This record gives sequence, structure tokens and C-alpha cells, in this order.
Amino acid sequence: MKKIIFTLLIILTVLSCTDSEETIESKNITLNFSHTWDGVPVTNADFNTFKFTTKNGEQLKIERLRYVISDVTLETSNGELIVINAHNLVDVTNNKNLTFAPTAPILTGNYNNMSFIFGFKNEKNISAAYEDLNTAIFGVPEMLGGGYHYMQLDGKFKNESDETIGYNFHAIRAVDASGDTPTFPKDTFIKVNLGPVSISDNTTFNIEMNIAEWFKNPHTWNLNQLHQTLMPNTNAQIMMFDNGQSVFNLKSIN
Amino acid sequence: MNAKFPHIATLLFLVLLACNTETVDSYTPTPSPLEIPQLFEARILNPVIPIDNQQTKEGIALGKKLFFDPILSINNTIACANCHLPQNAFTDSNRFSNGVNQTLSKRNAMPLFNLAWNYDEKFFWDGSVFSLEHQAIQPVIDVNEMGNTWQNVEQSLNSHPEYPELFKQAFGTSKIDSTLVTKAIAQFERTLISATSKFDKFLLGLTTLTPQEQNGFNVFMDENRGDCFHCHGTENNPLWTDNLFHNNGLDSEFTDLGLGAITGDPADNGKFKTPSIRNLAFTAPYMHDGRFSTLEEVINHYSEGLKNSSTIDPLMKKIAQGGVQLTNEDKANLKAFLLTLTDFDFIKN
Ligand code: HEC
Ligand code: HEC
Repeated sequence: MKKIIFTLLIILTVLSCTDSEETIESKNITLNFSHTWDGVPVTNADFNTFKFTTKNGEQLKIERLRYVISDVTLETSNGELIVINAHNLVDVTNNKNLTFAPTAPILTGNYNNMSFIFGFKNEKNISAAYEDLNTAIFGVPEMLGGGYHYMQLDGKFKNESDETIGYNFHAIRAVDASGDTPTFPKDTFIKVNLGPVSISDNTTFNIEMNIAEWFKNPHTWNLNQLHQTLMPNTNAQIMMFDNGQSVFNLKSIN
Repeated sequence: MNAKFPHIATLLFLVLLACNTETVDSYTPTPSPLEIPQLFEARILNPVIPIDNQQTKEGIALGKKLFFDPILSINNTIACANCHLPQNAFTDSNRFSNGVNQTLSKRNAMPLFNLAWNYDEKFFWDGSVFSLEHQAIQPVIDVNEMGNTWQNVEQSLNSHPEYPELFKQAFGTSKIDSTLVTKAIAQFERTLISATSKFDKFLLGLTTLTPQEQNGFNVFMDENRGDCFHCHGTENNPLWTDNLFHNNGLDSEFTDLGLGAITGDPADNGKFKTPSIRNLAFTAPYMHDGRFSTLEEVINHYSEGLKNSSTIDPLMKKIAQGGVQLTNEDKANLKAFLLTLTDFDFIKN
């Protein structure tokens, strides 16, 4: 009995498949995220020890790193945008979701540009909207405008008196919460352009975040002054946005 | 498209036939899927139910009976419920709990609710046991708890006048073993859901908070003051815990290594599972060693009692001064907010 059902099922599946997908070639894309400190690979095995030094000279250790990327987008040669409406929480601490394979096949061909958003575009940065992020406690308090964190980078650094102090480098949508209702002086999600790509087969994009860049360029980050309570700090958020422009690189495609 | 309909009809017909033939065997337990509360359904991922231990009416009832039955202990004196009392949100009010040998547990007993939403399935303060089914193995043989052997438990249950029949109804076999006992208990534990506190009702628009409670929530959410939400969660996660492990600054030297003893990684020393802040009105004393008997002490700890160590969580601020020094008003408000997560319906379980 079971065999008959199984066979029927297979026939049905085959029938329904052959209906439409004959001429169009579509391939899967995968984004792989790796991390370095100025070229030296960083995984969660490198956490919890003072291994890194910022441009400003502070020794630092990483204890947690997770960030969200969204809206992987391909721009066709005639300027049309193919937006993959999905997000991924890259959780370096727990070695989870370092590979993001959206279930959205892409048509083969040459594309003018591929990009993704670090964080969320404002219209997608909606409080409570995403179950995985609510579960992971990635939300931003309503008093700071709600929505979600873009990144949580936590750890400790050695201050000017060689004391060990915690830092919470949390990137969110820059907000001015001094008034009765939050206002948003500047967008701080980051569009990361990977450049022109050609897709002829299932394709993996190896993307690297240089963590050191967050503390480097153009603002030399002084952790002594800016280490905690950075979420309500509008200027700190804008500086993170500025420094974040150069943290991601497309290393290779395969 | 149309051509497919006959196939589908045939398929449906066959499926129905197949189902029919299988009901010939008696003792098919009645499925009883978890009733997922509205806020849980809307905001967080689905609970974890093992494929090989689906919830059934008979399984849950059997698990409940076992949970309250001292038969699991060596001298028939202590049930799970002795240390996990319904009126205490399924913990007890002692700092350490008394087991069969009049010896004390090493840690504070934990309340039991919303356990199916512990996605990583790491149980105990140090996360040492994976899955609820495996967890239930431990208390039975722990000398500080029930002090029994599983061989002994299996024997007493198999020769019991009622249990063999109840296991047959729940699992289709009257041959009782530790696997089935723990499956039944886990089914019962998964039904312990707390979701109807005042704050839940507030979120559902059914009630309002007092200004003090609202201000307390703001302290909880304010990175400058409480900053509790990064671990205990926001209004968009009804669990009120990240179910992860942190050192919240209780000690500078550790007598209990917590997670570190399990992973062997010194970077995990002094880390314990973040407890949910639901039902605190019923669950005193607090922390893994029950060191604080009141919420005031807990709040004072975070405000000015932090102790430094290499593994203290980076979210802890101004450690040299002991913490962020909340004002008395902030403290009182924070406490008022915490108590809005008290679920009076839950303790009627
Ligand atoms: C003597 C008191 C005592 C008895 C009896 C007892 N427990 Fe516990 N229970 C504890 C203590 C103490 C802990 C915390 C232990 C630790 O973390 O090291 C605990 C933890 C747990 C947890 C972990 C909860 C979490 O969130 O991680 C579960 C589940 C549990 N008990 C279920 C049971 C069951 C089921 C039984 C009966 C088979 C039982 N307990 C019997 C004292 C007891
Ligand atoms: C870094 C994560 C973190 C932050 C931030 C944090 N907690 Fe905790 N909390 C924990 C952990 C971990 C424990 C258990 C610690 C232990 O027992 O060793 C705990 C325990 C508690 C308990 C005891 C619950 C029980 O059942 O024993 C309460 C109450 C509590 N926290 C409230 C708060 C409040 C209020 C704040 C903000 C002022 C806060 N927490 C901030 C991680 C955190």
C-alpha cells in the first residue's frame, strides 16, 4: 500500500515539475561570511582572549559578535533590481548562520551589481516583525525607535589605566531620543556593494568582515571614551555607520 | 492542471484507506498538541517537540501522575513535586532542597515553565543536560534528590496495580522502562506554560500598567539604567530569557564554576543560565545558589553589588563602583514592573 502511494506521489511531483520549468535556467546563490582582524582570521575560537589591538592602541577581546544582513539584491544590465526579501542573523559567537543560502533561485546571466544591507532598511526595520530575531533577543527598545539591532559586538578592552572594561559596540538605526518621541537624524543601515557578478552556475560568494575596520576609518575609535551605552548615542551610531563602509569585502566567488 | 485532479483524488482515497487499516490496533493515544499562547505564536519560534515524543492526552496525564508520585524515590517519600511545587511556579521556597537522604541539593531548585521553548534544550543552571527527556533521568538517581536506581524504579512501576495499564494507553506497551517514564514526564512538563501575567494582558490590550510599572519597564529597557533587556528580553519575547549563559557579576571567585565545569573552558567559569523573570513573586530565593531572598537584594546587586572577574558579562557597567547606581525610585519602579510578570493562573496548574 505504502509503495503505491509513494509511486503515485513521485509521479505527481514529476508531473507538476514538468509543467513550467523547461526553458528558464535558475541557480542558487550562497553567501559565506568570514571574519578577520586586519587579515588574521577570527572565529569564535579566538574569542575571550586579548588578541587584538585597535588603531587607537587599545587591547581588546571579543566575547560576542552577531549581526544581521538583509535584502540581498542583484541589479540586471537594464537596471532592474531583484531583491531577495529575507534576512540572516550571522552569529559568530555560536558559529551559526555563517552561511546564508536564501531560497530564491537567480536567473543565470551577468549582473551590474550585487549588494546586501548590513542591518535593515528603515521600512523593514519593524519592531516584532521577525520571529527568529525576537527569539534571539535582537530587538531595540521602543524608546530608541524600536526595530532591531544591526550588530552586537561585545567584549572587554584595557583602558588608559590598564583596567579591563566592558564594551558594547551595538549598531542600530541612529536615533535622537532626547525628546518625547524618537527622531532619526540619519540612516545608518549600510548598503554593501559587491560589484558586478556573473552567475552561470550555483554560486557561493565569500564575504569577509574586517572587524578592525569598525575602529579605524575614517574615525579612529577611542574605546576609553566610547565603550558602553552607545545605543542612545546618536553620534556614536553615525560614526559606526561611517566606519562600517569599509568593513565588508568580497574575497572570492566559487 | 485539471489532469491532476483524478490523481489527487486517488491519492486522498488511498491515504484514507491506509489510515483506516492502521486503527485496528487498540491503544492509540489521543494526540494533544501544545496550545501555543497568542503572544508566543505571534512573536517567537515554535516550541521544540521531539518527533519521537509527541504530546498525547494519555502521555501527559501519565507524566503528571509520575511527577507527583513519590514512587520514583528510593524510600517512597519524595516526588518531583516536592521540590517543584505548583504554588511556587514549580520550584520551592528553600535555598537548597531536601532530598531523600536529608542532604541538600547543590543549587537552588529551578522553576518549571515554558520549557518547550528552550530551543537549545540545555537544562539545569549549567546547561549540563540536553533535552527534557534526558533531564528527567537525573533527579531519580541523584543522591541529594530521589536517591533511587532506574532498575528499582522500573521494578516498582512494573509491579504496580495501575501503571502498566497507563503506560499501555500512553505508549502501547505495558513494559515500563526509563525511556518511557522520562518521555511521559517530559510531555507533562511541556504543558507547563506561563503566558497570562498582567504584562501579557497589557500587551494584548486587555489591561493597563500603572505609571510606576510603566516607569519600571523603562528602567529595564534603558541602556543607561537597568539595561536588563539584553539578556532577559524585551516585550517581543514572551519567554523573558535568552536561555543563554552569562556571569552577571555575583562573585569574583567561583566556588561553583557553572558552565565552565561542563565545557572545560575557563572563559565559561561562573556562567549560569539566564532565568526567566516571569513569576518572581513565587520563586524566591533567587540566583543559582539562592543567595538573595528578596527582589530588592537582586536589584541592589545589579545596581551597586557587582563583583569583577575575567568572565563577567561585558553588559555589566561601572563594575568598579559596583554598578550603575539606580535611584531608589528607579529601583522601586523596576520591582513593580518585574511583578507584572506574575502569572496567577499558572500556579493553579
Ligand atoms: C530534591 C529536590 C528536587 C527533586 C526531588 C527534583 N528536582 Fe528538579 N531540580 C532541582 C534542582 C536543585 C535543580 C537545579 C539543579 C542544577 O542546576 O544543578 C532542578 C532542575 C530541574 C530542571 C531544569 C529546569 C531548567 O530550566 O533547566 C528540570 C526540568 C527538573 N528539575 C525536573 C525535575 C523532575 C522531572 C523531577 C522528578 C523526576 C525533579 N526535577 C526532581 C531539585 C529537585
Ligand atoms: C548579562 C546578562 C544579564 C543582564 C544584563 C541581567 N541579567 Fe539578570 N540574570 C542573568 C543571569 C545569568 C542570572 C542567573 C545568575 C546566577 O544565578 O548565577 C540572572 C538572574 C536574575 C534574577 C534571578 C531570577 C531567579 O529566578 O533566580 C533576576 C530577578 C534578574 N536576573 C533580574 C535582572 C534585572 C532586573 C536586570 C537589570 C537590572 C538584569 N537581571 C540584568 C543575566 C543577566
